[in-house]
Amino acid sequence: MDAVSTPTVRPKPGGRSGLRLLVRNRLAAFGLVLLAVLLLVALLTPLLPLPDPDATAPADRLLPPGTPGHWLGTDHLGRDLLSRLLWGSRVSIAVGVSATLVAAFFGSLIGLVAGYAGGRVDNLLMRSIDLVMAFPYILLALTIVAVLGPGLLNALYAIAVVNIPFFARNIRGVTLGLARREFVAAARLSGARPATLLFGEILPSVWPTIVVTMSTTLGWMILETAGLSFLGLGAQPPQADLGSMLGEGRKLLFTAPHVSIIPGVMIFLLVISVNLLGDGVRDYLDPRLKAGALTAPVAATAVQRDRPADRADGSEGPDPLLSVAGLQTEFHQGDRIHRAVGGVDLVLHPGERLGLVGESGSGKSVTALSLLRLVPTPPGIIVGGEIRFAGRDTLGLSARELRQLRGGRVSYIFQDPLSTLHPLFPVGDQLVEALHTHQDLSSGKARQRAVELLEKVQIPGAQQRMRAYPHELSGGMRQRVCIAMALANRPDLVVADEPTTALDVTVQAQILELLRSLAAEQNSAVLFITHDFGVVSELCDRVAVMYAGRIVEQGPTEEVLSAPAHPYTAKLIECVPVLGESDRKVEAIPGLPPAVDELPAGCHFADRCPFAEDQCRRGELALENIGRDRAARCRKPLWSEA
Amino acid sequence: MTAISTTKLTRIFGGGTTFTGRHRPAVHALLDVSLDVAEGDTLGIVGETGCGKSTLARLLVGLDEPTSGKIRLGGKEVRTRGRWDRRERARQIQYVFQDPGSSLNPRKTLQHALEAPLRRLVGLDAGRRRERLAELMEAVGLRRDFLPRYPHELSGGQAQRVAIARALAAEARYLVLDEPVSALDVSVQAQVLTLLSRLREQLGLTYLFISHDLSVVENVSDKVAVMYFGRVVELGDRRHLFQAPRHPYTELLMRSAPRLGQRHIRAETKPAELPDPTNPPAGCAFANRCPRRLPKCRTHPPALEGGPTGTLAACWNPLPSADAETLSSKPVG
Amino acid sequence: MWLFLGKRLFAIVPILLGLSILVFAMMALIPGDPATAILGSYATPENVARLNEQLGLDRPLPQQYLIWAGNLLQGDLGRSYALNRPVAHEVFERFGATLILAGSALLLCAFFGLLAGVVAAVRQFRWTDRIVTLVVLVGISTPSFWLGLLMIMLFAVHLQWLPASGMYAAYGGGDLPDLLRHLAMPAVTLAVVATGVIARLTRTAMLEVLRQDYIRTARAKGVPERRVIYRHAFKAALVTVIPVLGIQAGFVIGGAVYIETVFQWPGIGRMLVNAISTRDLLLVQGGVLVVAVSYVLFNLAADILQALLDPRLR
Repeated sequence: MDAVSTPTVRPKPGGRSGLRLLVRNRLAAFGLVLLAVLLLVALLTPLLPLPDPDATAPADRLLPPGTPGHWLGTDHLGRDLLSRLLWGSRVSIAVGVSATLVAAFFGSLIGLVAGYAGGRVDNLLMRSIDLVMAFPYILLALTIVAVLGPGLLNALYAIAVVNIPFFARNIRGVTLGLARREFVAAARLSGARPATLLFGEILPSVWPTIVVTMSTTLGWMILETAGLSFLGLGAQPPQADLGSMLGEGRKLLFTAPHVSIIPGVMIFLLVISVNLLGDGVRDYLDPRLKAGALTAPVAATAVQRDRPADRADGSEGPDPLLSVAGLQTEFHQGDRIHRAVGGVDLVLHPGERLGLVGESGSGKSVTALSLLRLVPTPPGIIVGGEIRFAGRDTLGLSARELRQLRGGRVSYIFQDPLSTLHPLFPVGDQLVEALHTHQDLSSGKARQRAVELLEKVQIPGAQQRMRAYPHELSGGMRQRVCIAMALANRPDLVVADEPTTALDVTVQAQILELLRSLAAEQNSAVLFITHDFGVVSELCDRVAVMYAGRIVEQGPTEEVLSAPAHPYTAKLIECVPVLGESDRKVEAIPGLPPAVDELPAGCHFADRCPFAEDQCRRGELALENIGRDRAARCRKPLWSEA
Repeated sequence: MTAISTTKLTRIFGGGTTFTGRHRPAVHALLDVSLDVAEGDTLGIVGETGCGKSTLARLLVGLDEPTSGKIRLGGKEVRTRGRWDRRERARQIQYVFQDPGSSLNPRKTLQHALEAPLRRLVGLDAGRRRERLAELMEAVGLRRDFLPRYPHELSGGQAQRVAIARALAAEARYLVLDEPVSALDVSVQAQVLTLLSRLREQLGLTYLFISHDLSVVENVSDKVAVMYFGRVVELGDRRHLFQAPRHPYTELLMRSAPRLGQRHIRAETKPAELPDPTNPPAGCAFANRCPRRLPKCRTHPPALEGGPTGTLAACWNPLPSADAETLSSKPVG
Repeated sequence: MWLFLGKRLFAIVPILLGLSILVFAMMALIPGDPATAILGSYATPENVARLNEQLGLDRPLPQQYLIWAGNLLQGDLGRSYALNRPVAHEVFERFGATLILAGSALLLCAFFGLLAGVVAAVRQFRWTDRIVTLVVLVGISTPSFWLGLLMIMLFAVHLQWLPASGMYAAYGGGDLPDLLRHLAMPAVTLAVVATGVIARLTRTAMLEVLRQDYIRTARAKGVPERRVIYRHAFKAALVTVIPVLGIQAGFVIGGAVYIETVFQWPGIGRMLVNAISTRDLLLVQGGVLVVAVSYVLFNLAADILQALLDPRLR
C-alpha cells in the first residue's frame, strides 16, 4: 500500500512577505521613502505655487539661496532655481524611466527569443548585440546623437539603444538556462506550443531578472541622460533638465557655485534612492539571496556550547581514536532553528571502519563535517556536546591546532569530486599543497611523493596526470585524486562523505576496493557516510543508523542487517530491493521524516512506526545498550540480547 | 501485441562540417537499437553514464529526433512532422523525468501542470477537467488540496507522484520512466515503486523503465536490456538475464553492485574508461575492458544473438551458463 | 592555448568588419546631403560638388564603403574642415591624452576595486563590509561630472592644491610631475564609479567562491586561511571579475567624455563633443572608430587573460 495522503507540507523557507523583507532592509526602505517623496514632489510640481521656470529677470540674476521668493536662488538669467529644479527633475525622471522601459522591452524580447530559439537565431542576434557592445557605452550614445542631432528625444533613444544589449544578455542567459530545464520539456509533452512555452512557462521565471535589471539600470539611465544634457547634447534651451542645468551652471563655477551644486545634489538623491531601492528589490527577488545563501562561511564552525555534554558513558576497553558525545549542530536561519544534529554519540577505534547510514536530512553529513568544524558558519553552529580525537576536544582547539589536525591526522573525502577539486589548479599542485601543508618537504621531493600517491591510487600515467586539470579527468579518476590527497599525510582517520554516490556502479566498486585496501594498509580508521546499506555491507565493520538528527541504532554491520533492533532500521532494510532476490517484496515506509525545525517529542520515528505506542511519544529516549556492542534508541526494540 | 518497438534507432550528435570546411566531431549517442516491448510489459533498461539510455528515452517521446531508424507505437510508425502528429504521440506515450523537482515549473501550481495535458491534449471542458483532476490525484495517492500548491511545497516523493499524474493525464498507455526513483531516498523510492506497479496493473500500462540501479530494474521489469556505449549488449527475460548473464559487461555490472548484507564485490583491476565517443572503436566497445576478449572482438562488432536461455547477447565469446551460476555469492552472516 | 589564441584573434575580424560598416553607415544615415553637412550650410555649391566627388558620394553605397575602407587601411580618415588638418593626426594626438587619463583611472579602479571587494567579502557583516558597501553605493550614484566640479571647487579653488584644468601648465610645465598634478583629479574622478562597480562585483564573486566545495576541501586539507582566501578563492573570483574589467574599460573610456569636458583635458572625448556640436562629422567618425577598435582590443586582452587563469576556457 502507499499512504502519502498525509500532507506533511513543509512551510517554505523564510516565508515572509516581500514588503516586510524590503522594510527589514533599512537602506532599501530609506531609498523607497526618499524616492516616493521625490516622485510625489515631481508629480505635484504643476500644482505648486512656483514661478515660471523659464521666465527671465535680468535684474534678479545670481541671487544666492535663501533669498525670499527664490529659496534656492536664481541663475544667470534670473530664473528661479527651485522652480527649474523641480520642472527639470520631472524631465529627467520621465526620460530615465521611458528609456528604461524601451530598453527593457526590446532587450528582453531579444534575450527571450535568442535564449529560447538557440542555434542560428541566437547566433545572429547575439553577434549583433556583441557588435553594439563593441562601442564603449557612452560613445555609442554620443554617436547616435551625432547622427540624429542634439535633443532630448534623441538622447532618450540613444540611451535606450545603448542599454538594450545589457538587457538582452542578461535575459538570454536566464532564458537559455530555463529553456533546457525539464519542466519546459514536460510542458512540451503536455501539448504546449512554442509561444506558450516561451511566454507561459519560461517568462514567469524570467520576470524577476527583468525587474532586477530594470531597477539596477534606472539609476544609470538617469545619470546618462543628465550626462548628455550636461554636454549640451540632450535638453535644449530653454527647456531644462537636471543635466543641462548643471552644464549651464558649470560656467559660473567660481562666481556662483550654487547654480551647479544644487542640480547635482538632486541628481545624486534621485539616483541613490533608485539604487538603494534597486538593491532591496534584487535581494528580495534573487532566490539565492533570499535563502541567505550568499554568505561566505568562515574558516571553522562557530561553537557555542552552553549545554554541557551529557556523556553517555558506555565505552570501555582501549582508548578510542574518536569519541563523540551529545553532539548538537544547528542551523540558524532567521528565526528558524534547524536541529540538524540533535545529540549524536559515536565511538571509533583505530583502524575501524564505521558506516554512518541515513536518508537525506538525517544529519549524517553534518555530523561528519562537525568533527573538524567544517559545517558552514553562518548558518551552522555547534551548540552542544564534545568531540574527542585522540583524547583532545576538537571543539576547544585553536585555529592553528585545528588546521594541523585537518588533512593531517584526520582527512576528508567528499561526494562530488568535480566540485571538490579546485578547477583552476592542476591536480598535482593540489596534491603537493596537501603534502606541503603538513610535511616539511623540498618541492622536488613533494612532487615525487605526489606521483607515488597517484600511482598508489592506480592512476595510469601518474607523471603526466600531475599536470591535468580536474575537468580533464573522468569522475572515477577525480575521486582517486581525492583519495590520494586524503591519504597523503597518513591520517589516523579518514572521513568519507558519500564518496561513491556520484559514480557509476563499476567505478564505485573500484573506489570501494581501493579505499578498503589503502585504509587497511595504513591502518587508518574510516568513518563512511552513505545512504546505501549495500555499500556499508561491503566496507564497514560497524554501522550506525541515523534518523532525524540522531543515531537510532548501532552495532556490528552483519548483526544489525540480519537482526535489526530499531523498527526504522528494519523498515529501511525492507525498502531496499536486493539483486538476485527479485521475489522479495519491497515494503515502503509510509509518511515522511519530520522536519528538523519541528521535531516531535519522544521518538522521532513514532509517527511512521507500526509498533508505536503512547509511551513512545513522551520524554527523551536514550541510546541504550541492548547487547554486546549493540545499542538502539527505542522503547520496544525488535531485538535484544536479554 | 507490441506496444513500443524501435528498429535500428540511431542518434548522432554533431557531425557534418563547419563553414570553414573542417569536420565537426560526431558523437554516436545511440547506435542501431532495436527493441520491442509487449503491451502491458515493463522493459527495464540498465546502463551507466553515457550508455545512451536517456537519449533513447528522449527519442521515444519525441523530445529529440533520431538520425536514422524507426519507432513504432502500438504497431503504427511514428511520424515526426507536424503538430498533429506530435499531439497524437503525446497521447500515446509520456515521459516521467528523473528529478521531480525540476520537471515541475516552480512558478506554476500543480493544478496548472496537471490541467495542461487535459486541456491541450485531451480537450476536456472545465467541468470534466475538475473531475479528472480529482481522479488523477486519487490514483497517485495525493489529497486534492495539494492542487493549488506550488512545487516547492512538496517533498521529492510527492513531486514525483504529481509528475506521474501528469503523464497519466494525457491518457497515454505507454510511459517512459527515466530514472524515476534515483533522486529519491530509499524509503520514498519504495513508495513510488509500489505506486508504479499498482498503476500498471490497474490501468494496463506499458513501461520502459530506465535505471542505473540493477536491483531496482530487476524488481520492476519483465524484460531487461543492458546498454553500453550507445548499444544494447544484452537483452532478455529478467530472470534469465540476471541469473545467467551472457555478456561480460552484464556480469561486471552484477559483481560491481553492492548488495545489502553481502560482501561480494569484485571490481576490475584496471581503472575503466569509456572509448572516445567521437571516435568509436571498430569492434566491440567493451573489448578494452573485457576479460574474455578474443582477437576479432577489436575488429568486428558483434551482433545480438540468442543463447540457450533465450537471452540475446552482443558478444563473440559469451559466458556459458555454468559460469554464471557460480556468480551469486553466498550472503554473509 | 595557441589554438585558443588563434580562434580568439580570428573571431575579432568579423567584429572589426561590422564596426567599420556601422561607423560608415553613420554617415549614410545622416539626414540630408553629407557633403553639405560636412562643409556647413554656407558652403558654395561648387565646394559641395567637389567634396561629393572626392568622397565618392555620388556612387552607390557598397562602392562608397569600399573606397572608404581602402582609405582607412592606408591610415586616411579624411580631413577635418573645421580644424583644417587630417582627421588621423588630430585623432591620434587626442587619443594619447585619453589613454593616459583612462589608463591611470583603470589602474586605480582595478586596484582599489579588487582590494575593497575582497576585504568586504572576507569581513562580511562587519563594519569594514558596511563601510565599503556604503562608499560603493555613494560612488555609483554620483554623477561623475558633478563630482569633478566639486573636486575643482575643493582642491583647485578652495585649497589651491591642484590645477583646475588642462594637461600641462601653460608656462614651465611639461614634465612628469606636472602631468601627474594635472592628472590626479580627473583620474580619480573617472575611477570612482568603476571602482564601485568592481568592488561590488568582486565582493559578490568572492562570497560565491568562498561557498564552493573546493574551498571546503582546501580548509579540510589544513591550508592556512590566508592562503585559502588569496590563492584559492581570489584566483577563482578573478575569473568572473576580469570580463567585467573589460566592460568597465568601456565605461571608463566613455566616462572620459565628461571628465575631459570638466577638466579641459585635451583628449578624444572632448574632441568628439566639440565635433558633434560643430557637426564635424568626419572627425566624429574617425574618433569613434579609433576608440571602438581600441576597446575591442582591450576586451580581447581581457578574454585572453581570463583563459590564462581558467583552463576550462581554453
